[in-house]
Amino acid sequence: MSLAPAIEVRGLVKKYGEKVAVSGIDLTVERGEIFALLGPNGAGKTTTVEILEGYRSANSGDVKVLGFDPATKGAAGQRWRNQIGIVLQSTSDAADLSVIETISHFANYYEKARDVDQVIDEVGLREKINAKARELSGGQRRRLDVALGIIGSPELLFLDEPTTGFDPEARRSFWDLIRTLKAEGTTILLTTHYLDEAQALADRVGVINDGKIIEIATPDTLGGRNNAPARITWLENGRVQEVLSQNPTEEVIKLSQKFNGQIPELQVLRPNLEEIYLRMIGELK
Amino acid sequence: MNSLIQVIRIGLLRTKLELKQFLRQRESVVFTLFFPVILLFIFGSVFKDTIAPGVTFSQYFVAGMIASGLVNTGFQQLAITIPMERDDGTLKRLRGTPMSVTSYFIGKALLVTILMIIQTALLLLFGTLMFGLNLPTSPTLWWNFTWLVILGSACSTVLGIAFSVVPKSGRGASAVVSPIVIILQFFSGVFFVFTSLPTWMQQFAAVFPLKWLTQGMRSVFLPEDFATQEVAGTWEIGKTAIILVIWLVAGLIISIRTFKWSRE
Repeated sequence: MSLAPAIEVRGLVKKYGEKVAVSGIDLTVERGEIFALLGPNGAGKTTTVEILEGYRSANSGDVKVLGFDPATKGAAGQRWRNQIGIVLQSTSDAADLSVIETISHFANYYEKARDVDQVIDEVGLREKINAKARELSGGQRRRLDVALGIIGSPELLFLDEPTTGFDPEARRSFWDLIRTLKAEGTTILLTTHYLDEAQALADRVGVINDGKIIEIATPDTLGGRNNAPARITWLENGRVQEVLSQNPTEEVIKLSQKFNGQIPELQVLRPNLEEIYLRMIGELK
Repeated sequence: MNSLIQVIRIGLLRTKLELKQFLRQRESVVFTLFFPVILLFIFGSVFKDTIAPGVTFSQYFVAGMIASGLVNTGFQQLAITIPMERDDGTLKRLRGTPMSVTSYFIGKALLVTILMIIQTALLLLFGTLMFGLNLPTSPTLWWNFTWLVILGSACSTVLGIAFSVVPKSGRGASAVVSPIVIILQFFSGVFFVFTSLPTWMQQFAAVFPLKWLTQGMRSVFLPEDFATQEVAGTWEIGKTAIILVIWLVAGLIISIRTFKWSRE
């Protein structure tokens, strides 16, 4: 039996009154991949994700998440939620409950809940199991959110801006956690404002602007990034010299011959994902 | 069948969790459980007049406080805490899980029931010890007391859930809900003798359940012949039951139809 794609969206439209938030989105996310949805605030990103999560209903279009219409009401809709995990943006609920109390309680909701202890270890909250949620740092609180998102062993995990407010170290270890989940076979739909995060984690990224998907590609090829000219800079005559080249290797060899080996302060820069992205959404020329 | 058992099981687990959270918030414990007792002390100590042969105002007031305690713990508490849970993400998170909304309601209803039992017991205890409240002696009166508490608390619970869609935010909920409860208490004969209120106030209050609940509690705790002092000249027990049932059914339908997981 071949499984339906994790997410399959055709012609999704969502209006709030007169305002069109999402105007005809097509999107397919395969099983097992990490897909990052990028886009400025108000682009329709949150609306799209909340439709996929079953929080909102679409005006038109065909939406299938794990082969199921998330807008389905009643018991069937509830059952479908056994297969998904949702990590919402900044939360402050259950502040008076401890980490272990909250996670063990949520484990009861699911048909095939994971082992509570294993989840606690995986998210790195072992030392905080008896701490109340209100006593946790921002990063620890986020880890608790992820624990609640994965306790039901979801096939598909939604992560909404999971590392906002993290310090660099916390972000790195969070990324490792996400990679572990992927290695276990979890499909992940990630929304983030951090382009380095998308670069580090995502198999594919989709850029959404004005309610439309502009492009879907791997982080390395988005916006023709792989073919964009590289910028080579070096120091010569006391000044930083710069050249744009489609063929940077050749350029570097030439320079190396010119300097007889070592090129002073050599840098070869490919446009990073952030530059490409900003150019795509029209913020950078 | 299996899934019904699961819904109830989760409902009971939610009750445990709700109770745990409630007891850890010291302000809400004091406000919800002890506020009626504190009011009892203040009013009972200030107004010691006799309002009819053998009936003091404090006795009259205790009966009213037991009734309005049901409104405080059910209606007021739920109509304030549910909007707060809508704001802090509790409801949105639950909505994203396979948990059934029925389990959530079971959790709330049982939490409120437990709190009402504790509170009513406290009021009965302090009422009898300090303010001359006479506990009913006949089984009929105890039976009336029991169904009044059950119907009253069920009514109060469903109306609290129904009203939880009204406050626009969790922070503003208390400002919307509390005045309604206080005004109803004034109009329904909790703080004043009902018959001493202007007629329009009495008629207004007669639309709402609290007036009937307080009257019902008086029928349990005051001497039988005090009935002649009531507006109708009798305790109107049957009418009270009917009105409470109508509110219960209406509240149930409204709460199921209008309950909102999020603020859109």
